[in-house]
Amino acid sequence: MNQSLFEHTYQDQWEQFRLFIESMEAKPTGRIAVNIPIEEFPRRYRKLCNHYGLAKARHYSPALVDSLHGLVLRGHRQLYRKKTRPVWAAVTFIARDFPRTLRQHLFAFWLSFALFYIPLAGAGLAAYQNPTLLYSLMEEGKVASMESMYHPESGRFGRTEKQRSESDFQMFGYYIFNNISIGFRTFAGGMVFGLGSVFALLYNGVMIGGVAGYLSHPPYGPIFWQFVLGHGALELTAIVISGAAGLLLGASIIRPGRYRRLDSLRLQAPVALRLVMGAAAMFLGAAFIEAFWSSCNLPEAAKYVFAGCNWALVILYFLFAGRRMT
Amino acid sequence: MTQQRDTIAHYQTPEGIELSLSLAGPIVRGVAWLIDFAIRIVCYIVLAIFLKWLGGVGGGLMLIGLFLIEWFYPVFFEVRNGMTPGKKVMGVKVVHDDGTPVSWTASLLRNLIRPIDLLPICNIAGFIAMLLNSRFKRLGDFAAGTIVVYVRDEIRVFSIPEYPSCPAPMPLLLAEQRLILDFCERTEKLSRERRQELALLLRDLTGRKEPENRLLAYGNWFLKGKASR
Repeated sequence: MNQSLFEHTYQDQWEQFRLFIESMEAKPTGRIAVNIPIEEFPRRYRKLCNHYGLAKARHYSPALVDSLHGLVLRGHRQLYRKKTRPVWAAVTFIARDFPRTLRQHLFAFWLSFALFYIPLAGAGLAAYQNPTLLYSLMEEGKVASMESMYHPESGRFGRTEKQRSESDFQMFGYYIFNNISIGFRTFAGGMVFGLGSVFALLYNGVMIGGVAGYLSHPPYGPIFWQFVLGHGALELTAIVISGAAGLLLGASIIRPGRYRRLDSLRLQAPVALRLVMGAAAMFLGAAFIEAFWSSCNLPEAAKYVFAGCNWALVILYFLFAGRRMT
Repeated sequence: MTQQRDTIAHYQTPEGIELSLSLAGPIVRGVAWLIDFAIRIVCYIVLAIFLKWLGGVGGGLMLIGLFLIEWFYPVFFEVRNGMTPGKKVMGVKVVHDDGTPVSWTASLLRNLIRPIDLLPICNIAGFIAMLLNSRFKRLGDFAAGTIVVYVRDEIRVFSIPEYPSCPAPMPLLLAEQRLILDFCERTEKLSRERRQELALLLRDLTGRKEPENRLLAYGNWFLKGKASR
């Protein structure tokens, strides 16, 4: 068959296919104006691939070969595109996939847990016994503002003097901006063989522990603890999970198993992403509690009960959510 | 296997077809990034002006906006059609390694890992990573399994001078036809003597008389067949 007969025979099919692809590209999710039944699409696409292969093998003119290549490329994109339904995906993610993924990577979680809580406990105890140690962690002005945040007479506590005049909502924005960004950076640090995540975990552990140890002394102690415990369940756990996600990234590069390093990274990264997105949702919840609940002047008992419930909920969620196969 | 010297990435589909994607290099992507950066700055300024009126709530919204734009501005555009505004201007888009449109997972990954590519300043880590591999991937692209390709080169359109067409005296391979078309595209930029000199290299094909015009005639035949005779 020569080229002009070939073109003449199949021209109509190509044109039909082109129209179909165009309508698919215009509406990737909605209903398609169908000139080809949707079940027919894969078969038609394979036919087109066949024509392209023939045209190339028979050395037909570049114009024809290139236009067929363009059609094949567009068809390939539509046939193999990954379809996602973001809202539904978010629901099943929180209800099932996130806790499951974490349970599948318990080693990374506990390693991250240790990297965070051991320095936290160490710095906490040290700063509790010798409060002046905090001054070697942060500068004097910072310590003074910490003190003022948790002073019994400060009114709206958990805020620096400057922040006290600002609304709860402003603080909500600040916690989102600051905390989730820290979580994301902790994760991204995993790309440097996990070192960035390890550093972020150690650093945050030491700082948080140091401050907690220092502020456990009167007169700040009671106020500090009822402020932080409420949102701590979500926030501290989210830091640990962000760290675990980063460690997974790092581990996939350091210990690729039977894959090439880069392939191992590419396969493991979506799993790590699930963890860090879950952690982001937890940070969001923590920001909400921290802005609107933790700073309220409520009876001490109410705060502790609420905090206890939160910790219990977080633990129960990760232990039991998504266990059933549905 | 010959070593690859051009910037075309090949991908073999399950149908046994080889697709070619032309990759975008660091400079084009850098400019796209700068354009996006400028747009982000403008967004922040507009946000700040509008939200200043709202007081405390406005401050909170401002910080949330800052957070969303900082991390999710590229994701928002990439999952729609693979192009942030900056990439659209530069005519490039993000696709998976296999040429399919980028998914939420891949887009989130490549953009959450961006801070590492930005290290230590001015995208240096990402830039070095792009120079060290044949597909111009920055670190985020490695994790996400994505590449950045030109949109416009999907179909190459040859524009050559009009000339009455005539078929070549012998069948030619596809690559040879392309070569002749490449020559035809360049003819107008070359002097007459140089044109002839180059065309005479294919003496068997062209004969001695007006060799460059013979090639133009073949080129027109390859593109349009009999139509332009």
